Amino acid sequence: MYQYTAFDRHFVQQRAAQFRDQLERFQAGTLDGEAFKPLRLQNGWYIQRFAPMLRVAVPYGEINSAQLRVLARLARDFDHKEVHDTSKANAALADVPSLPDRCAHFTTRQNVQFNWIPLDRAADAMDLLASVNMHGIQTSGNCIRNITTDALAGIAVDEVADPRPFAEIMRQWSTLHPEFAFLPRKFKVAITGAREDRAATPWHDVGLRLLRNVDGDLGFQVRVGGGMGRTPIIGSVIREFLPWHQILNYLEAIVRAYNRFGRRDNKYKARIKILVKAEGQGFTDQVEAEYRDIVEKDGAPHTITQAELDRVSAFFVQPDLRCDRKSADAKIANILKAAAEDDIEFSRWLTRNVKPHQNPDLRAVTLSFKRLGSAPGDATAEQLERAAELVDRFSCGEARVTHEQNLLLPWVSCDQLPELWREARRLGLAKPNIGLLSDMIACPGGDFCDLANARSLPIAQALLARYQDLDELHDLGEIDLHISGCINSCGHHHSGHIGILGVDKDGQEWYQVTLGGSDGTRLSGEAIPGKVIGPSFAADEMVDVIEAIVDTFRAQRQPAETFVNTVKRVGIEPFKTAANAVRVATARTPVAA
Amino acid sequence: MKPTIQLFKAERFSADEAGTLTLPNDADPREAALDRIHTVQLQFPSFTDGRAFSQAFLLRRRLGFTGQIRAIGDVLIDQLAQMQRSGFTQAVLRADQSIDHGRQLLAQYDAYYQGDAVDVKPHFAAA
Repeated sequence: MYQYTAFDRHFVQQRAAQFRDQLERFQAGTLDGEAFKPLRLQNGWYIQRFAPMLRVAVPYGEINSAQLRVLARLARDFDHKEVHDTSKANAALADVPSLPDRCAHFTTRQNVQFNWIPLDRAADAMDLLASVNMHGIQTSGNCIRNITTDALAGIAVDEVADPRPFAEIMRQWSTLHPEFAFLPRKFKVAITGAREDRAATPWHDVGLRLLRNVDGDLGFQVRVGGGMGRTPIIGSVIREFLPWHQILNYLEAIVRAYNRFGRRDNKYKARIKILVKAEGQGFTDQVEAEYRDIVEKDGAPHTITQAELDRVSAFFVQPDLRCDRKSADAKIANILKAAAEDDIEFSRWLTRNVKPHQNPDLRAVTLSFKRLGSAPGDATAEQLERAAELVDRFSCGEARVTHEQNLLLPWVSCDQLPELWREARRLGLAKPNIGLLSDMIACPGGDFCDLANARSLPIAQALLARYQDLDELHDLGEIDLHISGCINSCGHHHSGHIGILGVDKDGQEWYQVTLGGSDGTRLSGEAIPGKVIGPSFAADEMVDVIEAIVDTFRAQRQPAETFVNTVKRVGIEPFKTAANAVRVATARTPVAA
Repeated sequence: MKPTIQLFKAERFSADEAGTLTLPNDADPREAALDRIHTVQLQFPSFTDGRAFSQAFLLRRRLGFTGQIRAIGDVLIDQLAQMQRSGFTQAVLRADQSIDHGRQLLAQYDAYYQGDAVDVKPHFAAA
């Protein structure tokens, strides 16, 4: 992974010092709350229902074991519920004693969040993070956010080119960009280098796809204007092919057009998707004209040189893992076969949690953070410590935070799979459920978030409890279940095969269900928001509703058909009928969603 | 970064009208009549409205405007470094802001990653 240079390290330290000064002025009363807000947000500090929330940047999801250990320390020593007054802020909505603390939370944008660090320890937390080159730069605020990518970047067998060097170059370009710190709204970029889009790029403000043109030259397909929220829109392709060395110049043109013309009068119409939709071809023309001016009049100063690409790419070479070729394939296959026959759970784990690799001796292994008793994507201090040990022992000290809120080990030797499986199982992180119904995405929801209309975590827990039977889960096959506590869509409900959205009605929690959404993978089909199956359901109806939907799938599916394909083939009506039949609380007084 | 932007207190500042042009936030600087203009004032209706940064960039970098570019309105010391890098040479600070602390903040970073309206080359090309 990328190694910080003296310049990079010094930059992060300067950022921590800058934040300390801002925080001290805020505490001294010389920086008012309104002026402090965007400054703290651009360092990852939110004010939530009971306590601040810190979002730590994990650029394009790559993290090393030393960083995991510092996150463990933050969880253990800083993330304390008991130091906060939880009697305030409508405590009735959350079951405060049950809320997790002393843990970190993996987010869908490959970052890590903490829910209980008090603001008066914020500067110390940032210093601790800076000690391992971590920070919260632009993890919130109306600026260019952490750039996300495929968790299999650099190792995927279907890769055209490794997106990480470009993601790193874009990270540097976007960091404290003087012109683009106060955009109309947040701005999210995702990049994939593979044929399969595992980064949900059509759902981003800018979605980039590395590809080769007919001459074999490397470049980007550029999409703009995707996004979720109350107006889900799939990004439009405004450039079929942009030579790779021009990407920063082209991004500058896009963001400048957005900064100048994006709406600032209405927060809900301020994302670039609204501008792109309103202007249509006019937006593309504006970007292309600005891009030409950057190249022809400004001299294209951010053209990426071959030397810079080479310098950054050198950090992403595969670690030198010499598997003994003589003992390789056949022997390993035999070991795995024997072990798999011996234990069905290991066999399932190989199928679900282990992915092929560009290096035939290696595999990518996902540690599942979707298990009963924990919020999806939550990791305790102890688990982070133990995970760091596994990362050191089995994956050259490197891991990836995945969009699906798990941790992926990218450099695992085939012959170490049985050992890793035993160790991961001991930690409760070997649930063979990756891609299955219980590998659900969920935002923190109303338990923590000030914006949420309803809680996500109790619904996630109830569904996890219902779907524990691995035979059943494997029989159902791949189902993307996504839960958001409000229309801001942090839990990506629009792109779930089954989407659950928390809505508020007279102070009560209700849930709207959508079916057939897609993130744009081959499994799910072209990116599209799911369709609402009718009025919202009450919280205590939700498990029965999902069960009715899943049972309908079982009754309707053809051999080997996936859930999402059945929904596409038969439409939402049979599912809607089944879900309506289990209404109890909302049977007589359906709530308009 | 070396502080070069001139800082003024709002209550003590009076603009010289002749030769000064105040651009609305939605104006394209490329369409402005800049003959005999020595100062262009760009506005911050709120410090979170970032349009003037792009206007300053276009004036300084694209058009090669060599006069003063002055920030007026809701101008706070925590955005001064951004302003200087975008091409502003003067900032009229909101009344409650500290000029002394503003000067310190301008020197917080030695260097930045990307090129800007003043230091055109990015770090990777300058190194």
